[in-house]
Amino acid sequence: MSAGHLEPGDSVAVLDVDVPGHIRTPFYVRGKRGVIEREVGRFRNPEELAYGRSGEPKRMLYRVRFAQAEVWPDYEGPDVDTIDVDIYEHWLRKV
Amino acid sequence: MHIGHDHPHAHGEAHAGPGHEGGDPHAPPGDHDDTLDYYRKLEIAVRELLIEKNVLSADEIRRTVESYDSRTPEGGARVVARAWVDPEFKALLLKDATAACESLGFDMNVFDVKLTVVENTPSEHNVIVCTLCSCYPRMLLGMPPAWYKSRAYRSRLVREPRAVLREFGTVLPDDVSVRVHDSTADLRYIVLPMRPEGSEHLSEAQLAQLVSRDSMVGVTTIPPVAP
Repeated sequence: MSAGHLEPGDSVAVLDVDVPGHIRTPFYVRGKRGVIEREVGRFRNPEELAYGRSGEPKRMLYRVRFAQAEVWPDYEGPDVDTIDVDIYEHWLRKV
Repeated sequence: MHIGHDHPHAHGEAHAGPGHEGGDPHAPPGDHDDTLDYYRKLEIAVRELLIEKNVLSADEIRRTVESYDSRTPEGGARVVARAWVDPEFKALLLKDATAACESLGFDMNVFDVKLTVVENTPSEHNVIVCTLCSCYPRMLLGMPPAWYKSRAYRSRLVREPRAVLREFGTVLPDDVSVRVHDSTADLRYIVLPMRPEGSEHLSEAQLAQLVSRDSMVGVTTIPPVAP
């Protein structure tokens, strides 16, 4: 499953799924909406590499920017605060 | 006088080390190589297997460990000072940090990750964390400090960054955007701090002396230079 190619500025949502294994997508952004800040490049999938597999095909990694107020509804700070998380394409859905 | 007696303690004061049992205040301290715990045994076993199976040679492991150990925050400070005085270098650093650092002579080959520089400006303050483990820009800063790896820093920086920054003495106005960067995958972040006020007359080498490790993690800023 993949969101297809994403461009900076695209609105995305992080899949809200709970899968076992060596997962790099933190729980605190699952189901949250953010914006593609940049495309980072293709890397071998760490969720596969962790188990001695090839990690191929490579997956596109994006830097996704979230408003803190979106991630933490009770965030104590101004609306301009953000958090950037590096997320692989197969964890993102375009909205 | 006591030759070689350089440990500060009052005579008669008890030592905690195992070498001081029996009340002799000058007995040598105990050895500290007695921590062969589970993970240490695991590391040794895996390392020996990798060598035995010709996956890695002992010399490759030594070279990599020495390369890691040779890095200190002075490396990062050199990069920051160059970016402050050389706009072309700064542009390259923000676009392709690996290439920029290689042009200063840093060996970036031992790190299989993408170094990314985030620039502080009057309206944006960046700070880095790794919530999942302890990813850190080791190629430019060396080993991370203990607090960076602590659960408190890792869990609180994403949740209440301004409170954590205040504890480091960094108070930012509400119109400055605090941008937290969680290195969850194949990026390593380093902060390019703002050049401090009053530093206009300083040379590149003098500027590098002002750049602290914590300012490159983003938990502090660099104070103005006194005239």
